[in-house]
Amino acid sequence: MEKIMLKKENKIFKNLYNELGWEIENSIKRDDWKDTKKIISRGRDWIISEIKVSELRGRGGAGFSTGLKWSFAPKEVGSRPHYLVINADESEPGTCKDRDILRFEPQKLIEGCLIAGFAVNAHICYIYIRGEYFNEGKRLQVAIDQAYEKGYLGKNACGSGWDFDIHIHYGAGAYICGEETALLESIEGNKGQPRLKPPFPALVGLYGCPTIVNNVETIAVVPTILRRGGKWFASIGKPKNTGTKIFCISGNVNSPCNVEEEMGIPLKDLIEKHAGGVVGGWENLQAVIPGGSSMPLLSKKICDTITMDFDSLLENKSGLGTAGVVVINKDQDIISCMARIARFYKHESCGQCTPCREGAGWMWRILDRVEKRKATFSDIELLSDVTKQIEGHTICAFGEGSAWPVQGLLRHFRKEIESRCREEPLIKKKTNNPYLVDQHLLENKNA
Amino acid sequence: MSLKKVHDEQPKEFKFSNENLKKAEEILKKYPEKNKKSAVMPFLYLAQRQNNNWIPLAAMKYIANFLSMPYISVYEVATFYTMYNLAPVGKHFIQVCTTTPCLIRGADKIVKLCKEKISPKQNELSKSGNCSWMEVECLGACVSAPMIQINDDYYEDLDEKSAKNILDSLIEDKPLKPGSYRGRANTSPEKKQIINGENHA
Repeated sequence: MEKIMLKKENKIFKNLYNELGWEIENSIKRDDWKDTKKIISRGRDWIISEIKVSELRGRGGAGFSTGLKWSFAPKEVGSRPHYLVINADESEPGTCKDRDILRFEPQKLIEGCLIAGFAVNAHICYIYIRGEYFNEGKRLQVAIDQAYEKGYLGKNACGSGWDFDIHIHYGAGAYICGEETALLESIEGNKGQPRLKPPFPALVGLYGCPTIVNNVETIAVVPTILRRGGKWFASIGKPKNTGTKIFCISGNVNSPCNVEEEMGIPLKDLIEKHAGGVVGGWENLQAVIPGGSSMPLLSKKICDTITMDFDSLLENKSGLGTAGVVVINKDQDIISCMARIARFYKHESCGQCTPCREGAGWMWRILDRVEKRKATFSDIELLSDVTKQIEGHTICAFGEGSAWPVQGLLRHFRKEIESRCREEPLIKKKTNNPYLVDQHLLENKNA
Repeated sequence: MSLKKVHDEQPKEFKFSNENLKKAEEILKKYPEKNKKSAVMPFLYLAQRQNNNWIPLAAMKYIANFLSMPYISVYEVATFYTMYNLAPVGKHFIQVCTTTPCLIRGADKIVKLCKEKISPKQNELSKSGNCSWMEVECLGACVSAPMIQINDDYYEDLDEKSAKNILDSLIEDKPLKPGSYRGRANTSPEKKQIINGENHA
């Protein structure tokens, strides 16, 4: 069980807590912008192949190979310009890692943007920051201005011969804009409703041009990987799940925190060594959401031995997602925790696809009934059915994101749900309503 | 999708101030010339800031004209995104995060405090006339839960006592400073052990 923790010299984000200062002068001392010109002079093919060697997987939730994604961008610029878009619309409940990168390690992101922009032939980069991160956006703008002053951005950025500009675009409180095509719609000035894929953004993205969309953390680790070599990054963690990752540990732990750790660290170590342990001790653990609210929760039995990486979590019918670890102890009502997540998805559904728009509300109402002990046994089957009808029947992955946590609850806490259900519906009145509606709502005047 | 109500009393006219006109020109430079429409979100923010933190219909019409796009497209954007206020809010606009990570650390107690101190219902002005509050979804500061956002600033690591102090300070129009209320450095782990219930709400 004892495993060596991430060595200090292997940490990428040395200023995660702002102990060393975020300004450009301080970050240069931490080796940001070192040899950037040399890296770019080695050419796009070298950069992309080095990222492939590092086996870096996207940090935004899906875990897609970054090198592979970049290689999808057309090799030559045709009639349409290429764009690089950075997804800083961090809104997954349980996740707050990108915020710290924006605030305290902005130069890593900016340098990464330049290198990634060069690798995918883009001269313009948009960073899409969620509107609530107003102060973080202001900080990033100052950092961008500092980089311009140093000549690291703009015409002939960093002496590389590549012209590169970065613009910030604020979101305005829509979770769905974290979905890459919804994000592009939002930059174009539309409602954030996802597009059908294919065509993928790499060929038809922003303004119909080839666009590569990457998460903040993914781009921010790129310069360090290229400076220290893809092999170095691949030597950390596990095969196919390489490198370091910022974990956000929240909920019922003694010391909630963000921490950069090796991929594949045992969940128990993560919670006990970094977050001060579960409130009330490990035995008081009820469940853990391992990767932001979209990922199915894990029961305590699984938590005892699970390691935090994409593939191990997938084997346990969950996922690493954004690595937002939400710890729930036995003092909490697990149903009300999950009902609240269902309410979140009901609120955030963009309304484009019927299964998600209707189903998200449906799941919330049933869980709300279970929480209040007003549900019947048949509701459990109904709930399970609704999750299956949403999953795989929507344009984007929001459908899965809303259905999976409920499926996880049904998988691990079915007994708890059953204990709160009753044989007969609380409201027995049969109404001849021709529409498919929740019977209990008919009692409610405002329904 | 969230329901948003457009305010009953609407001003007849809206125009960007000279300062905002300059800002608008700067914003337009960020986007390709034929994609002016991209500026609709930043323009709505400008309008909101100019008009005491809410957007009147006249501003949407003005922006539609400015960007040569249909009024309904601006309206669509303004109603889709939750951060655009379509009715007046307090000078101190309090947003309480109540999504699960905050909930399990006591966000419901902060909601209760808001109901007692600000107003029984969300989106209503307080008696003092300078505050309003609403429940919002995850604000992305989960390791600092429970937390609230007041205008642009995050108040983190709250408990009942500190939340009460903050709300009082707003009612008295002397807002306390944002940041962690447990005195820790950003999102770093704390050395001392905390017993549940004592150090958070």
